[in-house]
Amino acid sequence: MKTWLSPRSTAGLIMIAGALLALPFLAASGGQAWVRILDFAILYVFLALGLNIVVGFAGLLDLGYIAFYGVGAYVYALLASPHFGLHWPIWAILPIGAFVACLFGMLLGAPTLKLRGDYLAIVTLGFGEIIRIFLNNLDAPVNITNGALGLNLIDPVRLGSLSLAGTSEWGALSLSGPQKYYFLLVTLAIVVVVINLRLQHSRIGRAWQAIREDEVAAKAIGINTRNIKLLAFAMGASFGGIAGGIFAAMQGFISPESFSLTESVMILAMVVLGGMGHIPGVIFGALLLAVLPEVLRYAVVPAQKALFGSVLIDPESLRMLVFGLALVLVMRFRPAGLWPSPERKRELAEVSE
Amino acid sequence: METLLQQLINGLVQGSIYALVALGYTLVYGIMGLINFAHGEVVMIGALVALSVTGALTAAGLPLWLAGALGIAVAILTCMALGWSLERIAYRPLRHAPRLTPLITAIGMSIVLQNLAMMLWGRNYMQFPALFPKAAFSVGGAHFTAVQIIMVLTSAAMMIGLAFLVYRTRLGMAMRATAQNSQVAGLMGVNIDRVVAAAFVIGSALAAVAGVMVGAYYEIAHYQMGFMLGLKAFTAAVLGGIGNLGGAMAGGILLGLIEALGAGYIGDLTGGFLGSHYQDIFAFIVLIAVLVFRPAGLFGEKTGERA
Amino acid sequence: MSSTLLEAHHIGKHFGGVSALRDVSLTIRTGEIYGLIGPNGAGKTTFFNCLTGLYVPDRGDFGFDGQLLAANAPHQAAQRGIARTFQNIRLFGNMSARENIMVGRHLRTRAGVLGAVLRDTRTRAEETAIARRADELLAYVGIADRADHLAKHLPYGDQRRLEIARALATEPRLLCLDEPAAGMNATETAELRVLIEGIRADGTTVLLIEHDVKLVMGLCDRVAVLDYGEKICEDIPSVVQKDPAVIEAYLGGSPDA
Repeated sequence: MKTWLSPRSTAGLIMIAGALLALPFLAASGGQAWVRILDFAILYVFLALGLNIVVGFAGLLDLGYIAFYGVGAYVYALLASPHFGLHWPIWAILPIGAFVACLFGMLLGAPTLKLRGDYLAIVTLGFGEIIRIFLNNLDAPVNITNGALGLNLIDPVRLGSLSLAGTSEWGALSLSGPQKYYFLLVTLAIVVVVINLRLQHSRIGRAWQAIREDEVAAKAIGINTRNIKLLAFAMGASFGGIAGGIFAAMQGFISPESFSLTESVMILAMVVLGGMGHIPGVIFGALLLAVLPEVLRYAVVPAQKALFGSVLIDPESLRMLVFGLALVLVMRFRPAGLWPSPERKRELAEVSE
Repeated sequence: METLLQQLINGLVQGSIYALVALGYTLVYGIMGLINFAHGEVVMIGALVALSVTGALTAAGLPLWLAGALGIAVAILTCMALGWSLERIAYRPLRHAPRLTPLITAIGMSIVLQNLAMMLWGRNYMQFPALFPKAAFSVGGAHFTAVQIIMVLTSAAMMIGLAFLVYRTRLGMAMRATAQNSQVAGLMGVNIDRVVAAAFVIGSALAAVAGVMVGAYYEIAHYQMGFMLGLKAFTAAVLGGIGNLGGAMAGGILLGLIEALGAGYIGDLTGGFLGSHYQDIFAFIVLIAVLVFRPAGLFGEKTGERA
Repeated sequence: MSSTLLEAHHIGKHFGGVSALRDVSLTIRTGEIYGLIGPNGAGKTTFFNCLTGLYVPDRGDFGFDGQLLAANAPHQAAQRGIARTFQNIRLFGNMSARENIMVGRHLRTRAGVLGAVLRDTRTRAEETAIARRADELLAYVGIADRADHLAKHLPYGDQRRLEIARALATEPRLLCLDEPAAGMNATETAELRVLIEGIRADGTTVLLIEHDVKLVMGLCDRVAVLDYGEKICEDIPSVVQKDPAVIEAYLGGSPDA
């Protein structure tokens, strides 16, 4: 059974592909800083879609997602930096990072996934904090993580002889480091989009939805709910681990600060705001929240200087305030998200009657 | 032996704070099954309001004891108003929504309150006025201060007051009825909205007191001070059996003791591998362990999980 | 003499101080329709919940198809071939009727994450088979025209049928129906009766909890009566109807209750 795309979706896909190809060059005209912002936006799309499997598909509220990202980042940093003098190649490290993150996910998930949703949320939050505390303090007596100082001089991604750091020239085509990372990230993001799309309408995807709808009934028809939930949890964790690895390579420097609860909340906000379980919505939410702080930075500071003569509210706190308010307002007025799937919109609209 | 006694005293003091804050979680949870994630921020607001009001009044020439008393009073009133507004604006419209919806709202409110506080009070740690006498005592080699005694006594008094309110007044009866079965309570003429609001207001008043005590104890206040405290207090509530008032008190004290003893002895226990800066992980380990092995808490009735 | 499918040995279950089930033993033979009746609160649904793994009985055990049902989690009960419906219908409301049945195939299909992502030939074949089986079952219970409706939008009687179809999708050897006729009118009940007889004729043993005494007496090969958690009678319907204890406990007041 082969389903062909309609002419309209084919045209849409071609337009999206064109836009994705053109974006890094357009952004570069505003400076490499914008290409880096773009890179992070795509990285967040990747992360948000990983979390979407956990929150959107399986309905498990994970407030410690960033811990898996952190684990992936530290695995990469430890295996590809002067800290231990190791310089393993990326194709070896990313799977290890994904595996270790997955292992942590299973360790946390196996005992806790039988808990009710809100307890699970708090436990995952606590787990995220535990990981951060360990990252912060595992510099003594044996220096593993280098504590609050973080790890430096992490190797960039190398594909064969091509390093993604620095500018490369191929005849007339010249690509900066961030532009090369962009193409790597877009490729990974497309992979995770396809995985999300295909899972949604599969045997596993249906089982997740069934559990979300009525866990008792799901058990009664023979779904091993704990395993199926654990599967979602472990998959989400693996994606977090991969994203963390790329993050470490791209930044060249990581410290525990990057893996705070704030980041977990931000990624959750991307999923929730965009529309839990709805893939285009999640992508939209991730892009929106990734770019919004930059817009605030560029707009709010000059605006305040013009109005008050000084910066009264720094953009960082305004960003968090906006996230918080957005969560509250969306839950109140659009619980299915800003761009919900048609079905989910219907189901939530009827629940709140 | 001296350290043991010292750790027990420290644990008791810290635990009495956890207990006060845990009561707020447990009251709201018992009545409407919601984890009010923003509760820790109410504690923080209480401390900061008390700090500002006391500071302004002493600057205006009032004696510290009067300025402090007024500061505490204003903090309590502010927090009560805040608790009421939280319920009214954020949670009430979601009372019949799926479970995760109000929880996400609560996380959102927590972030909003923290960042508002940061805008109003700034990013820096602030000196909290020394509201209580500085006297120190020594028994059997362990030291404790007047502040610590006042904290334990105040917590005890607040808990007795709350117990009286819940078990001896009409409002308390309505609260207990609503906790048992809100639909039936509603049919019997209990005004559910008012009971829920009362739970938030009372919990917030206790949080304000806790905030002032934490500030006075550490002589420092900060816009992030409520977050970790809130999480730990929630852990205390779960430890004692969430929804169970006596459990919250016992859970708070117990968690304080576990933390103090854990921090004191973790170095010896792990052969020096982990030091006292791991203090914060105890609460989470306790939380995970309790939820996994005894989800109803140590003193909870075995209600199991409401699926 | 047909073989034994289910043997319940001395099942006991209490909640707090209340005994919901006391020493209940019964035997269901392969291929029969077995009725379980009794006044409200007699322990019928508790018995179901113990059998299907939602509750762990305090005493006693179940033998199913010659094997002990030990460590009986709900999904394991389904795996072994015991499927059920619920007294207060529990469908996946926001999934279509077809999808509800497709989820019911979970147990008897295998595709995992890798298959879903790669969409290899075997996975695609399995998906096609799942959809086809779902459509067959929709037609079997007579709601083929509702395939794409959300379960929660179906009329009450169709929801009951859909729940039965979903249970059948797990390929049960024993189908446990918890008050399937509740809330149905006479026509719907008559149709339900035909459906249940068809299910039995196609080889599935049926355990039926029902309030509608007429339906039970007309449909069942044998009937057990529970009262206050104890089995007070087990026999063919005509004998049960005349049993003085049953008449006193249950039928005496209102034969139609």
